[in-house]
Amino acid sequence: MSQTPQLLFKNRRPGETVFMDGYRATGGYQALEKAFRQMTPQELRELVKAAALRGRGGAGFPTGVKWTFFPSDAPGPKYLVCNCDEMEPGTYKDGELLMADPHQLVEGMIVSAFALQTDIGYIFIRYAYEKQAEHLRRAVVEATEAGYIGKNILGSGFDFELHVHGSAGRYILGEETALLNGLEGKRPNPRLKPPFPATRGLFGRPTTVNNVETIANIPHIINGGAEWFLDLALTPDGSGTKLFGLSGHLNCTECFELPVGIPLREVVENYGKGVLHNHTFKACLPGGASTPYLTAEHMDVALDFDSLAAVGSRFGTAGVTVFDDRTCMVAVTLNLIRFFARESCGWCTPCRDGLTMVRWLLEMIDSGKGTPEHLEMLKDQLKNISGKSFCALAEGAMGPVAGLLTHFEQEIVDHIEKGCCPFRK
Amino acid sequence: MDSIEKTKPVGLLEENQIAEFIHHARELEHPRELIIDILRAIQKNHGWVPDEGIELTATILGLTPLEVEEIATFYDKIFRRPVGRFPIHICDSICCWTRGGEGVAAYFQQQLGIEFGQTTEDGMFTLLPSCCLGGCGRAPGVMIDHNFYGELTPDKVDRLLADLRQEVQA
Repeated sequence: MSQTPQLLFKNRRPGETVFMDGYRATGGYQALEKAFRQMTPQELRELVKAAALRGRGGAGFPTGVKWTFFPSDAPGPKYLVCNCDEMEPGTYKDGELLMADPHQLVEGMIVSAFALQTDIGYIFIRYAYEKQAEHLRRAVVEATEAGYIGKNILGSGFDFELHVHGSAGRYILGEETALLNGLEGKRPNPRLKPPFPATRGLFGRPTTVNNVETIANIPHIINGGAEWFLDLALTPDGSGTKLFGLSGHLNCTECFELPVGIPLREVVENYGKGVLHNHTFKACLPGGASTPYLTAEHMDVALDFDSLAAVGSRFGTAGVTVFDDRTCMVAVTLNLIRFFARESCGWCTPCRDGLTMVRWLLEMIDSGKGTPEHLEMLKDQLKNISGKSFCALAEGAMGPVAGLLTHFEQEIVDHIEKGCCPFRK
Repeated sequence: MDSIEKTKPVGLLEENQIAEFIHHARELEHPRELIIDILRAIQKNHGWVPDEGIELTATILGLTPLEVEEIATFYDKIFRRPVGRFPIHICDSICCWTRGGEGVAAYFQQQLGIEFGQTTEDGMFTLLPSCCLGGCGRAPGVMIDHNFYGELTPDKVDRLLADLRQEVQA
């Protein structure tokens, strides 16, 4: 069944973690040797742009384009920060990658730093991933001993130091400017943009923030080339493979490396082994808690950035959470909104007060106390919150609410008319 | 070092830990990036971070206690109140919810006789709701001491609690 070339999960074995010897045995650090001995930073940046790699942390911004904004020739310290906060419900791919093969991220950080000419790197990692953080710390020590980190790497004249920075919880740290505040030891509210991190980021210096899976792809692109990377995807405009973390009402809830552009049906039926207990597929979050629902009519949609945007959703992190036909979508949305409202940092009013309001409205409807006015107020909140908040948290939080209103408004009406949840026995 | 001597309560950080943090802070251009590291170290030794821990962190980094407090209170994995030997972080996010997470949370509460936010009388367990722990493929799950326990059932919860009690007695 699995024809997909395994790049990121090449070394993945159940319960095992590969370190320097195992990583080198399957070609590890060959990309680094090639980059430092045969390529210029400019060529590396052009290569990543040509490979059309899009950010794997949720937003899907083209990495090579982001890198061209970076003032790599600016004097003074510059930073490369890896975002391993990974706290969006349904998303666990980076955790799986780092449990299996931490050197991929370390090699990716070093070659990306060389491409961007950043002399200091940080891997910002969430509290719950302490085991992965330990693996990374060991991998950094091994890479330093091998001469891949430190002064004058492979005689190139380029110096690089790499730090692993543990966090202490809170989803907002995944927002890149909140992450930078957190890394600096400040209260991690998001920052006003502009200035963007590329001009004034960590400690006020030029900074690029990239996701774990994004960075881990860079060595593979160096080894295989841009054309090869583009051809891995099933969609004409897509590129590469993607780690899909399956969860919810599926028989198999594991993480798979699959081609970008794989149809939803194949993910659900071939990899998820169908809906749990032979129930029927009702809906899914295609890419984490902040992505609007897909329904059974979307089974043949290609899971890629543009094709999902075209049907009103987002590829996000490709954490696919499936709901069967017995699931109340009002209750699902309430669970998601409770998460976002609790994780709001409280900085701006649309998020702090708006999400609290949405949570209250959904609680009223879910408990059977909802009225038609509540439904109208819910629709109103979409306009009041989406596009009005300081950062993307509230915007993302309203994704499932928008999906609920688009695909399942009748379920809201049923709750209101029956005065109870029609799914509860 | 004088001020450190004055604010040094017993059991928060070992002497050598304090010396290492001071040394590390002096090497850094921006020492306050160590705030979380120090708070986590205090919590690891002491179980939670008392006012004295906030003051000690501030002294090591040359900050005011308020500057440390506004960081400590932001994060849900830093405890500013006493907790039991084993804080149990129960995931209540969507993937665990689809796989019976609410039932597991209710079972923990029933077996321990406490609500969320409370600690058992013997000081062993504190129950805390948590957002997604990154164990979505093995839902429903909880995190205890950085270990994730997934695919929980009442039987598994019973065994887990018994194992943890035994770990303390051993």
